[in-house]
Amino acid sequence: MSNTDDQGPIWEVFLQSKPGLAHKHVGNLHASDKEMALQNARDLYTRRKEGTCIWVVPFDAIVSSTPEDDEAFFEPSNDKAYRTPTHYVLPEGAKHI
Amino acid sequence: MTTNEALIKYCLRLGDTSLILGQRMAEWCSKGPVLEEDIALSNIGLDLFGQSRTMLTYAGEIEGKGRTENDLAFKRLEREFFNNLMSERPNGHFGETVVRNLFLSAFTYNLYKKLSLSKDDTIAAFAAKSLKEVTYHLRHSGEWMIRLGDGTEDSHNKIQQSVNDLWEYTGDLFAMNEVDELLIAENIAIDLNEIKPLWNNTINEILERATLTRPLDGFMQKGSLNGIHSEDLGHLLTEMQFLPRAYPNSKW
Repeated sequence: MSNTDDQGPIWEVFLQSKPGLAHKHVGNLHASDKEMALQNARDLYTRRKEGTCIWVVPFDAIVSSTPEDDEAFFEPSNDKAYRTPTHYVLPEGAKHI
Repeated sequence: MTTNEALIKYCLRLGDTSLILGQRMAEWCSKGPVLEEDIALSNIGLDLFGQSRTMLTYAGEIEGKGRTENDLAFKRLEREFFNNLMSERPNGHFGETVVRNLFLSAFTYNLYKKLSLSKDDTIAAFAAKSLKEVTYHLRHSGEWMIRLGDGTEDSHNKIQQSVNDLWEYTGDLFAMNEVDELLIAENIAIDLNEIKPLWNNTINEILERATLTRPLDGFMQKGSLNGIHSEDLGHLLTEMQFLPRAYPNSKW
């Protein structure tokens, strides 16, 4: 996939919805440089009070695993249910464990 | 002229400038150079419409003849509009829009800062709220100005030409009359002579970073204080007012 065209490079946008929470990927955009990327992100993704902080990251800077990596990366954990706490009963009232 | 009469005029100036520039921004909708800018320009337009609603509603209330924000926006003729001449300048190419918006947002940014201390509560609240929006509008146009000015030879020449062409409309931004005199005495309005040096600082700094030349002050257009406008405002109103005039009092 080409990461540039005549509209400038692609930037991935991450938004933090509340202080303390992790930044979450929300989409991407075109921009010529980082200041413009930040402004465009503000215009495209935060008009309805979605966030408290924006990160923009050049698409180039992101290293992604590929579908070919799936077997080696993820399948070994499929039969290791003991790594997830699914056998525990959640205490009453606890929503996030 | 009574204080109320002056206040109505003053509110119309503020409200009309936002309304007319907002309509110019709306003209960019679906015609932006890239999707991101299309949305940015439309967003700025929506901010401006919001600002104008506050001021037109307030003007109608002070007038006390039952005219609503919609009556004032859609049922007045060119000569009854008091927006400054800069706001009605046509969009031209993207760079031209950037220059016009920079000249205007540098003005409203510095004006609203002071106006947020106005003795009139509604105007002070309007200015404080609008300042947050205009701060972004200034940043948007300023950053583009720097990139286009300090960009390619072609973009530099084009935007310098726009600066030169629009310069003669900058004088009208600072024009004052008896409305200002009366309201400055009441601590409601701001003396625009105080805003001029602030505007100069903002503009000079951005022009320098954009490697652009500030034109010398020459002939300056004027007239907005008396509702005298360029032909362009008529065309803008024709489009903006078409629906309510063709179908009066229709509802959604």
